[in-house]
Amino acid sequence: MDQAELVAAATAGDSRAFEELVRATYTDVYALAYRLTGNEEDARDVVQEAYLRAYKGLKRFRGDAQFSTWMYRITANCASTALTKGKKHRHEELEDEAPLADTRPEHDPEAAGDAELLRARLNDALEELPPRLRAVVVLRDMYDLPHQAIADELGITEAAAKVRLHRARRRLRERLFPKSEEESARAV
Amino acid sequence: MQCEEVSEALPEIVDGAATADLALRRHVDTCVRCQAELAQYRKVLRAMHQLRTEVLEPAPGLLADILAKVEEAGERRALRSLLTKRRVAYAGAIAATAAAGAAGAMLYGRRRLRAA
Repeated sequence: MDQAELVAAATAGDSRAFEELVRATYTDVYALAYRLTGNEEDARDVVQEAYLRAYKGLKRFRGDAQFSTWMYRITANCASTALTKGKKHRHEELEDEAPLADTRPEHDPEAAGDAELLRARLNDALEELPPRLRAVVVLRDMYDLPHQAIADELGITEAAAKVRLHRARRRLRERLFPKSEEESARAV
Repeated sequence: MQCEEVSEALPEIVDGAATADLALRRHVDTCVRCQAELAQYRKVLRAMHQLRTEVLEPAPGLLADILAKVEEAGERRALRSLLTKRRVAYAGAIAATAAAGAAGAMLYGRRRLRAA
C-alpha cells in the first residue's frame, strides 16, 4: 500500500495502517522535532504528541498534501507549544540582535574549503539561533513549507514569519562567513 | 543603489521567492562585494538543503513509545464509543419502558371509563 492508501485505511479505522504510517515517517519527523527544539528529550515528547494529534485528527487530513508534510506542520505546532511553555527549555535564548559572528580565522569554512565542515558549522549555528528564528528558517529552507503554513503553525502573521526568516538567514550567514577585522573596520 | 540597501535585500531574494528589482540586479552585476555576499547566502541555503537529507537517528524505544501512546488513545476512544452506545441503549430502554407504562396507564384508564 502507498501512503495515500494507508491514510485512507487508517482514516477508516485500520490501526495497523496508522502504525505503518508512523513507521514510515517517524525518523524524519523526529529529525524535524530535534532541529526545532534543539534537544533529544523535548524532541521525543514533541514527536509523541504530534502523532497523537495526527491520530485524533486523521479525519481532518484532506489528502491534498503528503502525509509527511501534514506531519511536519503538526510537529511545528507541537514544538512551538512546547517552546512557548518553556518548562524544559535548556538553552539560553539569545537576544535577536546579539552578535553571532565567529571571527576566529581557523573557523572560516571558505578557507577550509570543506562542504562537510560548513554543514557541521551550520548545525552549530542553527542550535545557537533563538528558537523563534530557528523554527522559521528550518521549516522554510530545510522543509520547504510555505510562509503561510509556517505562520499558521507558529501562531504568527505571514509578515512576521518573513521578518524572522530574513533575520535568521542574515545571522546564519554572519555566523558562517564572519567579516575579517579589516572588512569590519572598512564598514565603520 | 548602495551596497547597504542591496545587503538588506539579499536574504529575501536568495531563494528566488522574491524577485530582485532591476536596480538591485545591476548593482550586484558590477559590485564584487555584493556578489560575494549573495554567494555566501546561496552556500548557506545549499547547506540547509543538504542538512535535510542528514539522518538524525532517534534513541531506541521512540517508535514503541509512539505506538503505545496511540494505542492507549485508541483504546480510550473505543471505550468511550462503547459507553456512549450503552448509554444510548439504556436511554432507549428507559424511554421504551416509560412509553409502555404510559400506554398501559392510558388503556387502563379508558377501560375504567368504559366500565363506569
